[in-house]
Amino acid sequence: MTQNGTSVSIEDLSLNFGAVSVLQTLNLDVAEGEFIVLLGPSGCGKSTLLNCIAGLLDISHGRIFIKGKNVTWEEPKDRGIGMVFQSYALYPQMTVEKNLSFGLRVAGVPKDEIARRIARAAEILQIEPLLQRKPSALSGGQRQRVAIGRALVRDVDVFLFDEPLSNLDAKLRAELRVEIKLLHRKLENTMIYVTHDQIEAMTLADRIAVMKGGVIQQLDAPQTIYNRPVNRFVAGFLGSPAMNFIDGSLEKDKGDWHFVVEDVRIPLGTYAFEKEPTPGLAVFGMRPEHVAFNSGSGWPFSATANVEVVEPMGSDTLVWLKLGGQNFTVRVTSERTPSNADAVSIGFDPMRASLFDAQTGNRL
Amino acid sequence: MILVAVGVFVIGIGFSVLWSFTSSKLFPTYDFVGLAQYRRLWADSRWLVSVNNIWFFGLMSITCNMVFGYLLAVFMDQRIRQEDLFRSIFLYPFAMSLIVTGLVWQWVLDPNLGLQAALRNLGWSSFSFAPLVDAETAIYALVVAGIWQGSGVTMAILLAGLRGIDEDIWKAAKVDGIPTWRTHLSIVAPMMKGAFATAFVLQCVSVVRVYDLVIAMTGGGPGIATSMPAVYVIQLITVRQNVGQGMAAATMMLLPVLVVLAFSGILLWRRNREVGV
Amino acid sequence: MTAGQITATQLVQEAPDQAGVGPFGPKPRRVSAGRIGLYAFLIVAALFFLIPVYIMIVTSLKGMPEIRLGHLFNLPGEPTFQPWIDAWLHACTGRDCNGLSPGFYNSVKITVPSVVISIICASINGYALTFWPYKGANLLFGLLVFGAFVPYQVVIYPLIIGLSSVGLFASLPGIIIVHTIFGMPILTLLFRNFYAAIPVELFKAARVDGAGFWRIFFYIMLPMSVPITVVAVILQVTGIWNDFLFGIVFAGRPNWPMTVQLNNIVNTTTGVREYNVNMAATILTAAVPLLIYFISGRWFVRGIAAGAVKG
Repeated sequence: MTQNGTSVSIEDLSLNFGAVSVLQTLNLDVAEGEFIVLLGPSGCGKSTLLNCIAGLLDISHGRIFIKGKNVTWEEPKDRGIGMVFQSYALYPQMTVEKNLSFGLRVAGVPKDEIARRIARAAEILQIEPLLQRKPSALSGGQRQRVAIGRALVRDVDVFLFDEPLSNLDAKLRAELRVEIKLLHRKLENTMIYVTHDQIEAMTLADRIAVMKGGVIQQLDAPQTIYNRPVNRFVAGFLGSPAMNFIDGSLEKDKGDWHFVVEDVRIPLGTYAFEKEPTPGLAVFGMRPEHVAFNSGSGWPFSATANVEVVEPMGSDTLVWLKLGGQNFTVRVTSERTPSNADAVSIGFDPMRASLFDAQTGNRL
Repeated sequence: MILVAVGVFVIGIGFSVLWSFTSSKLFPTYDFVGLAQYRRLWADSRWLVSVNNIWFFGLMSITCNMVFGYLLAVFMDQRIRQEDLFRSIFLYPFAMSLIVTGLVWQWVLDPNLGLQAALRNLGWSSFSFAPLVDAETAIYALVVAGIWQGSGVTMAILLAGLRGIDEDIWKAAKVDGIPTWRTHLSIVAPMMKGAFATAFVLQCVSVVRVYDLVIAMTGGGPGIATSMPAVYVIQLITVRQNVGQGMAAATMMLLPVLVVLAFSGILLWRRNREVGV
Repeated sequence: MTAGQITATQLVQEAPDQAGVGPFGPKPRRVSAGRIGLYAFLIVAALFFLIPVYIMIVTSLKGMPEIRLGHLFNLPGEPTFQPWIDAWLHACTGRDCNGLSPGFYNSVKITVPSVVISIICASINGYALTFWPYKGANLLFGLLVFGAFVPYQVVIYPLIIGLSSVGLFASLPGIIIVHTIFGMPILTLLFRNFYAAIPVELFKAARVDGAGFWRIFFYIMLPMSVPITVVAVILQVTGIWNDFLFGIVFAGRPNWPMTVQLNNIVNTTTGVREYNVNMAATILTAAVPLLIYFISGRWFVRGIAAGAVKG
């Protein structure tokens, strides 16, 4: 990874459709060679943002730089970008080779240069045997590879992916995910990748931008986002099974902060607050895999509970309990799967927890 | 019910073909004369003119209709203001009878009343535009009226086709730097094969059946200049009381329809097979 | 707050010369030549479609002396509704001078039963073809589709003979039967395609609940068929109202529909041509389908599309 300059820079970008604000004063800087994933639920504006970067949507306010050049008013073809679409958007009546070369031929690139670029793209993507076929004779994975090839032959600095794997089945998706990762390592291009799939985001990204309501909620490395989500939305959006949230209150007891709900008192001595908190309502978040199960004492916090439901998932098992009268799940390895109604003990270190303000949802 | 309908079509066609081999005059007889009626038919200058006319009319009106309809559809697809208003305007003639269409254009093109008179009155006294009274040009007038009535439908079908195209295709072409007209020509139009075929078949059917328009606009004239097979058949049955030859002509009308249907049937079958593989 | 954002901030600072220069905000909208050309084309096209009808309306409101002046596009100097009244009540077809009104009533008498009967038949046919496939149904259906393409002239004469032999030629029932038969292919296709899009589970559930052919049709399918029935009604009413050929051949002189009477009024007048009356008559004839068109709006387009799908 070479981070020697900005590749894409977005300044104060806003987009309104009539009275509806789709993107709100958004800022984003993508480093050279970086893999950025825009992640969020549908309607969060992530695809819209990508289309703005590509120049396919006219923005209402702000500026876009690519490679240091102000491209705010440039045509898509002049921005130095290549784009891969969810529906592949291959030209159906052209062979794969024609699909790859059409844009270049229109731009008047010399024939031998076109041939060279196609050969290179075909080799990288291993689609040489498919060059003379039409898209209708290709599988979904092959089509997506051709679509990537079409961006590749343009010899561009920035790749834009708009949910490229969403139309594929789970197995293919996993395969292509790895291929895209390898491709990025090989090309070292800047890539901006839109998805609603958190696994894609976690596995591919150098940094993830989690979006909601046209605003970037958090922009960080995947592990940071996973372990230290800035708000309850980010915490809940990432992770499967989802993070446990318990509603309760913060209390200061003899100089130490505690999270209290019903008869449960969780000491927060090891928790790193963002800033000194104030007593009051709060939400306690804990990922199911960060909870120890029947592993004896020695944890800053431990409790016993009755198993309500057991969900075996193959590699491991999800155990549903009640903590402080609220649903609480624990992830357990398969060998240790308990039975229904067993009384079990759990323990965790609040260091791994996330505390949120009950009103604003922001991290405390 | 369905049996009755199918029966009428099948039996009707059967009898038409059967009687085309007889010497039937006012009423059908079963006096078989072989191909004599067909020989007489193809020796009849009125029939030959009709056949020529239908080819010319068909070619002209389908081509113009498609081009004009596609242009309208493309322009309508540019996020224009008042799209619904334009759509209503382009389509309303289709709601009208071909008789009405024929009469309307008969007046517009009437030399003493219509465009010619109006423009001469406005001071352009040398203006001459009277296609309907000239045997050479009357058929163009029919084509214009046909376009007026039918291109809105072509537009509607093709517009639906255009709207059905994946938006990502347009985006991909834009990123590829392909000019809009080129995208239309090289990518989008070929993707609309289905819509074009639908519009084309619809046009063909209405061309073969063109009867009302001719009757109302020219009555087949001047002379026999705009006679069409559909008009010819009815005339033979009613006015000239020559059922045998009329049926022979009707059978000839059926032939191209059969060819087109067989052709599209084969196409459909091949497409199904391709999908199967 | 986090490492990533710190990097981002630094990067912006590294390139301070970028800030504050160059294009900002939305791309200025040029009123391009292309855009003007676009609207110019659309407006010219719209004029092409509108002018004939404009001429008809203004002419129908003028008196004959004014028409003879030849100012085709001028608005009527002395608007008069007399031509409309004449067209409706007094215009002559041959010896009868009762205007178009008998034709109007004839058209109503032909259209209403034809539309009702053909739609009932077609909906049952479409339903049976979709959910109760019987042996040879596909062949039958194929033949029916073929029927949609047959030039009428091929079948007309045998139909004349057939109807004469049962005494229905040149009668109201005769023309209704003809319209019903010729409406069958396209309507059946319409209903079949509609029913084919209904989840077959719905039908199976009803079967499991013990409903039979008619019960399923009346209680489940028919209530769902409202939209397609509207389309079918629009298609049939305009089609039958606008028909000329069948009307003139099969209806018989006393039952001639409006289109036939209109053509007779206009094309067989002897002596002075009363253009204003003719145009008023033409507008009156076109009024019913036009009314349907403007009321139904998008449904009409759907009807055309549905009709077009038959290809």
